[in-house]
This record gives sequence, structure tokens and C-alpha cells, in this order.
Amino acid sequence: MTVYKLTCVICPLSCSVEVEVEGNRVKDVRGFSCPRGKEWAVEEVLSPKRVVMTVIRVRAGKEPVVSVKTDSPIPKERIRELMSYLATLEVEAPVFIGQVVVEHPLGLETKVVATRSVEAVETREHA
Amino acid sequence: MMYDVVVVGGGPAGLASASESSKLGLRTLLLDENPRLGGILPQCIHPGFGLHCLGEDLTGPEFAHRLIEEVRGSGVEVRTQAHVTSLAMRSDLVKEVTYASPQGTEAVQAKAVIYAAGARERHRFEVGIAGDRVAGIYTAGEAQAMMDLYGVMPGRRVVIVGSGDVGLIMARRFALEGAEVVGVVEMLPYPGGLARNLMILRDFDIPLYLSHKVTEVRGRGRVERVKVVRVNEELRETGEGFWIDCDTLLISAGLVPRVKILRRAGAIMDPATGGPVVNDRLETTLPGVFAAGNSLIINDLVDYAVEQGRTAAKGAEEFVRGNGIPTRRWIRVRRGGYVRFVVPHMLGGDRDFWLYARVSRPVEDALVEVPEIGLRRKVPVLKPSEMLRLRIKSGVEGGRVTLVIR
Ligand SMILES: Cc1cc2nc3c(=O)[nH]c(=O)nc-3n(C[C@H](O)[C@H](O)[C@H](O)COP(=O)(O)OP(=O)(O)OC[C@H]3O[C@@H](n4cnc5c(N)ncnc54)[C@H](O)[C@@H]3O)c2cc1C
Repeated sequence: MTVYKLTCVICPLSCSVEVEVEGNRVKDVRGFSCPRGKEWAVEEVLSPKRVVMTVIRVRAGKEPVVSVKTDSPIPKERIRELMSYLATLEVEAPVFIGQVVVEHPLGLETKVVATRSVEAVETREHA
Repeated sequence: MMYDVVVVGGGPAGLASASESSKLGLRTLLLDENPRLGGILPQCIHPGFGLHCLGEDLTGPEFAHRLIEEVRGSGVEVRTQAHVTSLAMRSDLVKEVTYASPQGTEAVQAKAVIYAAGARERHRFEVGIAGDRVAGIYTAGEAQAMMDLYGVMPGRRVVIVGSGDVGLIMARRFALEGAEVVGVVEMLPYPGGLARNLMILRDFDIPLYLSHKVTEVRGRGRVERVKVVRVNEELRETGEGFWIDCDTLLISAGLVPRVKILRRAGAIMDPATGGPVVNDRLETTLPGVFAAGNSLIINDLVDYAVEQGRTAAKGAEEFVRGNGIPTRRWIRVRRGGYVRFVVPHMLGGDRDFWLYARVSRPVEDALVEVPEIGLRRKVPVLKPSEMLRLRIKSGVEGGRVTLVIR
């Protein structure tokens, strides 16, 4: 049996929540003051998830990189793998805010979306 | 050229005040020194913006985009690459704003000015870090701009000074990009950041040194190691300390309002906030000159900077329409126990407004009171890192009110 001690981050109350786990089963949750806090603590212990943000290289853009995020939290243990994959990508300018840069990277349930726009550099036409 | 309002600074506070004053029918000009609008936001690529004012969790660039669209649709005249160098009071009703631009030095006149120039970061010498002048020492914001605007990695083995939200967010950015964060060093006995950001330390196994100080940097050409020393309750160094090997030192030791131009123009400053003394319209002691955002008080939440921008715009409207806010008897706002600062400093008593304050140390089971108006509220915890925001209703009378926290 393991007892996890967490500080709830759902609201500024910052309750100290304890989650008692045996194997893969939650035995007891203590110290929360609302149902959302209880739910958060259980998920945080059994399958923690995070939104991931980074920048991706842009080809022929007015700026060298575009900022992106996962549009939903992904399992914490897959973060490193996702970051290594995103580091290999390059997108072509123009990029628009909200544009999906990768759909389901590495089979994950999420999309990677641009969080700003990057214009293309004007290329002069050669007659 | 005569404007009703000139806004100095195109961050969230400036953008919000410009679109609001334009919506109120005022002829508005917005000036920013950068080529792009948004202030600090375009480089804050993490989520956590807009939770209060939009009820949505956006990244900095996304939040900036919303505000910029609002300005674009509102008829505000915008000039970027316009670095404001001075503000002069020609009379109570006419101000002159001078700025340097690629076209040279230019000047515009306005009835009202909203000053929203943001803040600057404290640097290594302000926090007493001695030693070699070497490459590899950055403020958190500099490193953030390198990584998130230009895609350049500032270093591989990082020590961070300061455990506030900015330091923690940068710890996560470095760790995500594969750098090793070998320590976050905090002088105070408690961490500075929000609980949701403190999770970052656990997520990436980053050691936190509380009651410790970085005192010295050594290296030839580039940072090679830093000295860390334990401090006592008076923040005095105790013992010999120890060395940590690293190639990068990040200073995230707080922000200071950027007020040079306001001060030179003659506005009175509050040593407790580092920003100007203001009334409940956010008007400084210079008639018709308003302040909002981080140049008024350091806001950890962008929502409050936006809110102050809109309040300042409403004040500017009152000033412009009324040819100067009518002279009234201002009620003074005083600080009681544990209150590090409170803004505004004066109030008219004739309207509802937000009071912003910070405590000087953490207080559990706090009682927040303004005895003169019978306001009493219990708060489970107050921390110096989280701003206290209180709605004060109109109808306040008397010579002064006091914010007391026990
Ligand atoms: C690293 C970091 C992380 C943050 N994370 C969060 C978060 O997760 N959630 C949240 O809600 N808030 C967060 N904040 C806080 C939020 O970003 C600030 O409260 C907000 O940006 C302040 O807005 P501002 O308009 O006052 O200043 P700024 O954004 O600094 O904008 C000021 C602008 O004025 C310009 N300027 C200054 N002087 C002049 C001059 N003389 N002439 C012309 N232009 C000038 C500047 O260049 C700048 O563009 C974070 C802040 C930082 C630094």
C-alpha cells in the first residue's frame, strides 16, 4: 500500500490531499474539499496527464519558429518521446494560429496545434 | 496631431486600454517599441492565460492574438517600432509624447495618456551575485525569448535563481527541451510559485534549495560553476556553501515596474509597489495620466493587467469628456498589518472599484478587513505571490480607509 501526498491545483485553496493506493486500486482519498479535487487527485496518481508546449522550426517564414501545444493533456510518461519527435519536424510558412501541425503524433489521442501565426517571407518572382 | 488618448506600451494592459478607449469613442493612438504587439505574451508559450477573464486556458501568444484582434477591429491607430522617450505636461489638458521611430524623432499631443510600459527583470547584480563576468548568465525573460521566439537553446546544465512562477515555468521549458535543470535556488524558506507550477519540480525531478542563495559565479569565458550558500531567517549567509557545476545561470528574481518616463515627468511613486501613486481611476498624480498593468503593480495574472487597462480607459474617458476629472476630496487608503502594498492609494468614494493588495508574508486563516466600511472576509491562505483582489462598493465616506490583514 502506498500513500501519495499531493497539493491540489484545481483552485487557490491548495488542499493537501492524500491518496491511498493498493496495486492499481484507490483505497481512500482524504483532505479534499470538493468533488473536482477528489477526481483530480485520483487521476494525478493513477494516470497523470499534461499539456505539452514547445516550438517547431518554420521553413521560409518571417520568424524562425512557431509555438505549438497539444490540444489536450497527454500521459506524463509519453512527454519525452513526443518532445523528441517534435524536435525533428519542420513546417512550411505560412502557419496560422489554430492550424493542426500534426494529428495524433505517435498515435496519441491529441493534436499538435500552432498557437501563433507565422507569415511567409515574400519571395521575388523571377521573370 | 491631437489625440484624446495616447497609450504607451502594447502589452495586454496597453492593448486592452486602447481598444476600450476607442470603443468609448475616444481618438486613440497606441505606441510600442517592438515590431510586434503583445508585450511579454508572444514569448510565454505555456498555457495559463485568461483563466479568470475568459474562462479559457490559453497560451500567451493565443491570448495576445485575441487582444490584438480586438484592437484591429476598434479603430485604434497603432504605431510599432515607436520607442517613447519622454512625456511632458504642456498643461493639465495637453500632454506631449515624444518617441523615436525608424522615421526619426516624432511627437504627438494628447489630452490623456495611459502608461502601460510593463516591467523589467531584476538582474544578477541587484540580487548580489558576485564573480566573473562570463557568458551564460541570463534573466528568465531573455532565455525565454531566445528559446520561444528564436528557437535557440541558451544552455544545457542550468541553475535557476528564484522559485516564483516565472522561474518554475522556465525550469519546465528547459527540462522539456532536454536540458538538465540542476537546481532551483530560493532565498526564502517557502517556494514562491503557484501550486500548479510547483508540480513542475516533481514532474522533472528538479531539486529545490529553500533558504539558499547563489552568491558567486565562476568560469573562463562561460559559466562553469556557481556557489550556493544557506541563509538564515534574516537572509544572512551561514557557512561555507557548496559549488554546483553548470553552464547556465538563470536569474528569475522578480520584476520591477518600468517607470522612468513617468518619474521624469513628475509623477509621485510608491516605494512599496515601485509604481506610481494612483486614485481609483488609476490616474497618477499627473492629471490625465493613467497607469495600468505591470508598470502600476506587478501582476502575476494577465487578467488583472487587462482589467486595469480597461479601468484606466474609463478614467481617461471621464477626464477627456469632463475636461479634467473634477476636483474632489480623495479618501486615503492606508496599509494595516501584513499588507505589503495596496492600490489604489486614493479613492473618490463615488464608484465601485477593485482594490489590489499583497501580503508581506504567508498568512493562514487570514481575516481581511476594511473596518471603516464594515468589510470583513475570511480567506484560507494568503501568499505574497498571489495578489488579493477585493471589490469595494461606492458610497465610501470619511477621510481614510484602512486595509487590515490578520
Ligand atoms: C515568464 C512569464 C510568465 C507568465 N505567466 C503567466 C501565466 O501563466 N498566466 C498569467 O495570467 N500571467 C502570466 N504572466 C504575467 C503576465 O504576462 C503579465 O502580467 C502581463 O504581461 C503584464 O502586461 P503589461 O501590458 O503590463 O506589460 P508587458 O506585457 O510587459 O508589455 C509592455 C509593453 O510596453 C512596451 N514598452 C515599454 N516601454 C516602452 C516605451 N518607452 N516605448 C514604447 N513601448 C514601450 C514593451 O516593449 C512591451 O511591449 C507571466 C509573465 C512572465 C514574465
